[in-house]
Amino acid sequence: MKPFTFTLRQEPPQRVDLSALTPDRLAGKSVAQIEAIEIGVTRISTKVGDLFKVSEGELKTVRFEGGSSRFDLLGAKLLPGFEIHVEGDVGAQCGRLAKGGRITVDGNAGPHAASGNLGAELEIKGDVGDFLAGPLAGELAGMAGGRVIVRGKAGARAGDRLRRGILVIEGDAGEDLGARVIAGTILVVGEAKGRVGYLNKRGSIVLARGGCFGSTYVDCGAHELTFARLFARSLRDHSAPAADLLSRRLRRYGGDTAVYGKGEILTAD
Amino acid sequence: MPDIIRNGVTIDDNFAEAFPMSGTGILITAPNAKWARQAALTMTGFATSVIGCGCEAGIDREVPPEETPDGRPGVRALLFAMSSKDAEKQLVNRLGQCVLTCPGSAVYSTVDGEFEIKVGDAVRQFGDKWQMSKVVDDRRYWRVPVMDGEFFCEGKVGLTKKSVGGGNLLIMGADWDKTMRATEAAVSAIDGVADAIAPFPGGIVRSGSKVGSKYKGMSASTNDAYCPTLRGVTKSELDADIGCVLEIVIDGLTDKAVSEAMRAGLHAIIEMGPEQGAKRVGAGNYGGKLGPFHYHLKELLP
Repeated sequence: MKPFTFTLRQEPPQRVDLSALTPDRLAGKSVAQIEAIEIGVTRISTKVGDLFKVSEGELKTVRFEGGSSRFDLLGAKLLPGFEIHVEGDVGAQCGRLAKGGRITVDGNAGPHAASGNLGAELEIKGDVGDFLAGPLAGELAGMAGGRVIVRGKAGARAGDRLRRGILVIEGDAGEDLGARVIAGTILVVGEAKGRVGYLNKRGSIVLARGGCFGSTYVDCGAHELTFARLFARSLRDHSAPAADLLSRRLRRYGGDTAVYGKGEILTAD
Repeated sequence: MPDIIRNGVTIDDNFAEAFPMSGTGILITAPNAKWARQAALTMTGFATSVIGCGCEAGIDREVPPEETPDGRPGVRALLFAMSSKDAEKQLVNRLGQCVLTCPGSAVYSTVDGEFEIKVGDAVRQFGDKWQMSKVVDDRRYWRVPVMDGEFFCEGKVGLTKKSVGGGNLLIMGADWDKTMRATEAAVSAIDGVADAIAPFPGGIVRSGSKVGSKYKGMSASTNDAYCPTLRGVTKSELDADIGCVLEIVIDGLTDKAVSEAMRAGLHAIIEMGPEQGAKRVGAGNYGGKLGPFHYHLKELLP
C-alpha cells in the first residue's frame, strides 16, 4: 500500500515544527484535521494544509515529497516500527529524541540532527550541520542509542556527549569531532578536522586517517580487534565504506587521559 | 519381547527414557579452527555426567567462518544441567576458566531460549574496569583486555528449560573392535545432527550404570545385566553371541533433536550390519515411570 504522503506546495514562509507529523501522532486523524494542525513557530499562522497536499495512505510510513531547510523537528520522538522518508532537505533537530523507527533524508540536514536519539536509525544522504547527535544546551548527554549514517559531511562537534549508539560519517567531519563523548562509537571515513575526542571518556572514535591527537592520547599500538570484525559485519549493509574501515588493522590511541581515559581513537594503520 | 531385525541387526523392542534438562551453550570463535576447537574441548572437558561433573557438555558442531558473527572459524558447544541455576553456575565457571583463558577466543550466544544467563556480565570484571561495552544490533558485548589482545564476549546467552537429557543407545556386538566400529559410526552420524551432543569420551560410555548398589550411599553402580563377563552369574540381558556392549548417551536442546540423533545413530549401525559391526541394539530405561520422554527404537527404524 502507498505511504501517507505530504507533498510540498511551496517553500515554507517561516520555520516549521513538524514534530506533530509522525505516524503515531497522525493516527486517527482525518485529512481535514491534519491540514488544520498548526506548524508555524511565530505569531503568523502556518498550517499543514498551507504547505502540503496531504494524501492518505498506510500510516506505517510517512513520506514527504519535497523538503526544506526550514523543516525543524522532523520525526521527533518517532516510535519503533515507523518510517519517515523525506525527498529533500530538513532543518534542525531531525529525529530529535526518537525512540526507534527509521528516518531517511535524501538531502541535507540542519544542526542537531539525531539530537538525543534513543534508538532510531537515521540515514542522511547529504550533509549535516553542527552538533550531529549532540545534546541541546544544558542537557548532560547526547545520543543514547540507535544508528546514524551520514553519506556526506558533518559540521562541527559531531557526536558531542555521545552516550550510546553508532554514528557513521562517510564524508569529512568538522572541528571537535566526538567532544565530551561518554561512550558509543563514531566512525569517520573522510577526514576529521582539528581536535578529535576532546575529553572522551569511554567512547570509540574510528578514523580512516591518523593524525596528532594531542598529548592526552597515548599510542597503544596496532591490533586485530575481534569487536571490529563483528562491527564491520553489522555495518556492511548500511555503510560499506565504514565496514571496510573497520576491517582494516587498527591503531589504538587510548584516552582522553585528561579525563576518565578509558576511551579510544582507532585509526586505520 | 518380539525382536525386530533390520539388515541382520536385532533391534530390541525397547525404549530410551529421558529427562527434562536446562540447556545452554556458546559459540566460540578464534583466529583459526584449531584454537576454537581447543577452547570448546577444554570447556566441555570433565562434563560427562551431571552426577559427578555438575553438567553434561559437548561440541555440537564446527561452524564455518561465514556463519559466525565475526567471520572467524567457530565451534558450538552445548551444556546441560538439571536446573537452570546449575547450568548458569557451570557455564560461567567454565567460560571464565576455560574460554577466557584460551588464546584468541571470543564468545557469542547460540541458543534461543526463554531465559538468559549473564555470562559477559560476570566475566567482564576480569577487565578490572578497563573493559569496554559495545552494543551492536541491540546485543551487548564486552571487550576485556587480555594479554593477547581482547577477549570479546556477548553479555547474555540463551538458556532453555525445554532440553532433554538421557537419550541413549546400547550397542552390542561380538567383540570390542566390531562394537566400537559400529558405535563410532553412530557417533559420527549423531555429530551431524544439530542441537544434540553425546557428552561421554568420544561420545561413548562403556560403564553404563543401573540405579542403586549393594553398597550404602552409592546411587548408581555397574549395569551387570549388560556386562559380558557376568553373563553366566547374573540375570543377564545378553545372549552368548555378545562379547561387548557400548552405550551412547544423547542430550539435546529439544525433544526432536534427541530423537533425530537416536535415529541417525541407529541408522548408521543398521547400515553397517552385523558382520562388520553390531549384532544388536537396545536402549536403557527405568521402567518408564521416571522420565517423561520415551524414545522407542522401533519408531526410529528406517
